[in-house]
Amino acid sequence: MPKLTIDGIAVEVPNGATVMQACELAGKEIPRFCYHERLSIAGNCRMCLVEQEKSPKPIASCAMPATEGMVIHTDTPMVKKARHGVMEFLLINHPLDCPICDQGGECDLQDQAMAYGYDRSRYLENKRAVADKNLGPIIKTYMNRCIHCTRCVRFADEVAGVPELGAFGRGEHMEVGTYVEAALTSELSGNLVDLCPVGALTAKPYAFIARPWELKKTASIDVMDAVGSHIRIDARGEEVMRVLPRRQDDINEEWISDKTRHAVDGLMRRRLDRPWLRDAQGVMQRSDWETVLAFLATKLKTTAPKRIAALTGDLVDGEQIFALKTLMSQLGVTNLDGRGDEYGLGGDAGLAAAAGWRFNSGFAGIDQADALLLIGTNPRIEAAVVNARIRRRYLKGKFPIGLIGERPPATHDLTYHYEHLGIDAVVLDALLAASDGFAAKLAAAQKPMIIIGSQVFAHGGAIRRRKLMQLVEKFNLVREGWNGYNILHRAAARVGALELGFVPATGGLHGREIIKAAQAGDLDMVWLAGVEEFDRGQLGKALVIYQGHHGDRGAEAADVILPGAAYTEKDAIYVNSEGRPQAALRAVFPPGDAREDWKIIRALAGKMGMDLGFDDRDRLREMMAAYNPIFAAMGCLPPANWGDYVAAVKSEAARAVAEAQNPAPAFHHAMADFYQTCAISRASPTLQNCSRLFVRGEKIDDKMEAEAVYG
Amino acid sequence: MSTHTVAKPSDASEKFAFSAANQSEVQKHLGKYPAGRQASAVMPLLTLAQAQIGGWLTVAAMNEVASILDMPPARVYEVASFYTMYRHAPVGKHVVEICTTTPCMLRGSDKIVAACERHLGIKLGENTSNGLFTLHEVECLGACVNAPMMQIGSDTYEDLTAETAIAVLDLLAAGKAPSPGPQSGRHSSEPMK
Repeated sequence: MPKLTIDGIAVEVPNGATVMQACELAGKEIPRFCYHERLSIAGNCRMCLVEQEKSPKPIASCAMPATEGMVIHTDTPMVKKARHGVMEFLLINHPLDCPICDQGGECDLQDQAMAYGYDRSRYLENKRAVADKNLGPIIKTYMNRCIHCTRCVRFADEVAGVPELGAFGRGEHMEVGTYVEAALTSELSGNLVDLCPVGALTAKPYAFIARPWELKKTASIDVMDAVGSHIRIDARGEEVMRVLPRRQDDINEEWISDKTRHAVDGLMRRRLDRPWLRDAQGVMQRSDWETVLAFLATKLKTTAPKRIAALTGDLVDGEQIFALKTLMSQLGVTNLDGRGDEYGLGGDAGLAAAAGWRFNSGFAGIDQADALLLIGTNPRIEAAVVNARIRRRYLKGKFPIGLIGERPPATHDLTYHYEHLGIDAVVLDALLAASDGFAAKLAAAQKPMIIIGSQVFAHGGAIRRRKLMQLVEKFNLVREGWNGYNILHRAAARVGALELGFVPATGGLHGREIIKAAQAGDLDMVWLAGVEEFDRGQLGKALVIYQGHHGDRGAEAADVILPGAAYTEKDAIYVNSEGRPQAALRAVFPPGDAREDWKIIRALAGKMGMDLGFDDRDRLREMMAAYNPIFAAMGCLPPANWGDYVAAVKSEAARAVAEAQNPAPAFHHAMADFYQTCAISRASPTLQNCSRLFVRGEKIDDKMEAEAVYG
Repeated sequence: MSTHTVAKPSDASEKFAFSAANQSEVQKHLGKYPAGRQASAVMPLLTLAQAQIGGWLTVAAMNEVASILDMPPARVYEVASFYTMYRHAPVGKHVVEICTTTPCMLRGSDKIVAACERHLGIKLGENTSNGLFTLHEVECLGACVNAPMMQIGSDTYEDLTAETAIAVLDLLAAGKAPSPGPQSGRHSSEPMK
């Protein structure tokens, strides 16, 4: 713990800290461009020069280790002059195009030139010109503006794990790019735009769209995957202009995936902004709330509860789930399921104990783990920012990684070396029997971890849970102070539905049975809350109610459409894979007649003369917290009782034996197309372009990119 | 406009493989470094590839080096574009490299450059249309005592004047081998008579 003096202030810093960190600890702001605390240290911009006593020259504080007894000055004439000089050098070749630059107003170079720069230029020579690079549909480049800090190169290399960027040439001829012209193939590439301290890398879909000072910023939660990334929604008027990451070290650090960032241009397209009702001729007609609610109230009252079912989809919020559940259980409906395509997660144990569906270690637990087994999951596309965390742990070394499941294709292969153990559940048996190879590595680990894709349980849930429980026992995955049993979900609504018990009530049908029953004509009403998986043909003659915000597959199958609010348009709670409930905040209002979803359900109950027990959101949230206490501790990682889950798995032994008779299918990829997974992302032109380029390998020309930019 | 070339995706689809003789050279270089540190051999391997191709590097060759060394291709491009002695465009049979660093410049290298340009009908950095010559300006090659000088292949020609430089080029064009070293009658760097 070295002690230093910074401008006369004594500070003590941890071993391995840099002079810059010591200065920050002393409350001194040090300007910088190349240094970023989550990237390796480059020390090439020289902006962070400070004066060290007994050193003849100023030192680059970002790269200088803090040592005992250093005396540092950050406010001497020498430091001021050094900053002036560096700034002047940086601006030799930087164009004066701030008025037309998308970074204007949030530009590190602009800000630091104001704060630390010289107020005039002494250069009359021509500035150098550099050809712009085409890095694909996400990133727009203006390479004239590049100051060669190499943050983008280091990010691609270290965090994203796609070492495609480089600094080519040298001296005045150095250029950042890909050398061979190609789009950057990373799910995290949008973060380069945030990292770039100047306007060299800007967001293509956001080009010339808005200025930062005219945007209303709302701190919220992302729903494009089950990570629950913290985001900032920037809106102007009634339109969401962009999404940026917020820092949350336990979840997304300060990254977000490209889908999280660029799905928002889907929010202004294909929206349901008024209720619709199918008339007697079978034609969908525009309607109004009064009519559809009256129609539904009558239908719900006159239909036998046994012949009603409700499913919730990937993007629904906690309030909606709980309101719908309350309505349905008061009506006596038992056919409920909120588990999406992981319906097989059902059965007793899958519903009984939270430890069986949560990411028990927490995402931050990955940093401590010392061996990892992935089962039926590809975190790179299912949870891109979690994958970045796994990669960081991998780069630290001594972290064997194994994969059971289909090998990911080269376009989105895992960004670390792994042992491919096999593709099906048979490998689990082999692992249970083995004492060498990967089994030995897992056994030797102090904090072993397995991450199981939620779709693993879609087939043979009970037998697989049993096998995994044996794995837990053999490798001691759950021990004092450590729970290495983790389920990674893909949909933001999934864990919320499980925590709120939106699962078949006693005697009720589960998801697959509901679809089968609807097809067979055994159901009269099916309520699809944001469910997009089924088309009309799969739902038979049942009256289909679609509650959601986009005109996607669900709305196409519907007889009644209740227009709801998207995640940017409501105050709502989402629970991420870890079981962490987080509150999203409303950034804009829903379009037209669309309403917040719990209000729609509340209004319908009112129409039916029912009392659901809540009239406002606060009361609804109180009821949710009363049902499950995790909702009383927003943002916290809740503890899960492992013993409950062990008991639950034991209790379904008979079912496991029965399931063992059927051959288990391999662990296939759950997600074929990272960019097109929900109604919002399918409506987004940017993500459609990404899908065409990166997934389907089609060529997108500049005209198409222009369409994505200007709509 | 900045000068270094950016390759087209089609460039990467060509094929390159080290010849049998070079394969063993590659193994020799790899053997110099401990396991896991084989990337240290990137420069000798690039040099081998450049020699095999005939004086310049294709994207395919750099990709092959990257795959042999288990490096991301971008890291190899970075090395190959940093050093000026790796070339990225086809060159003539004789690459004429004229030193223009201070000692040679003081001794009249500008005249040598002008004479060569005029004689060959090309500018610095260009190839003659018959594919015989490429003209380049280089930094100090360490023969300052005999400045001005130029290097062609692995030989240097020193104590040049415009006339002797052109005479060297003419001999090469005629398929003859000019005698390397001082062109002034000096033996090495003894005092001029």
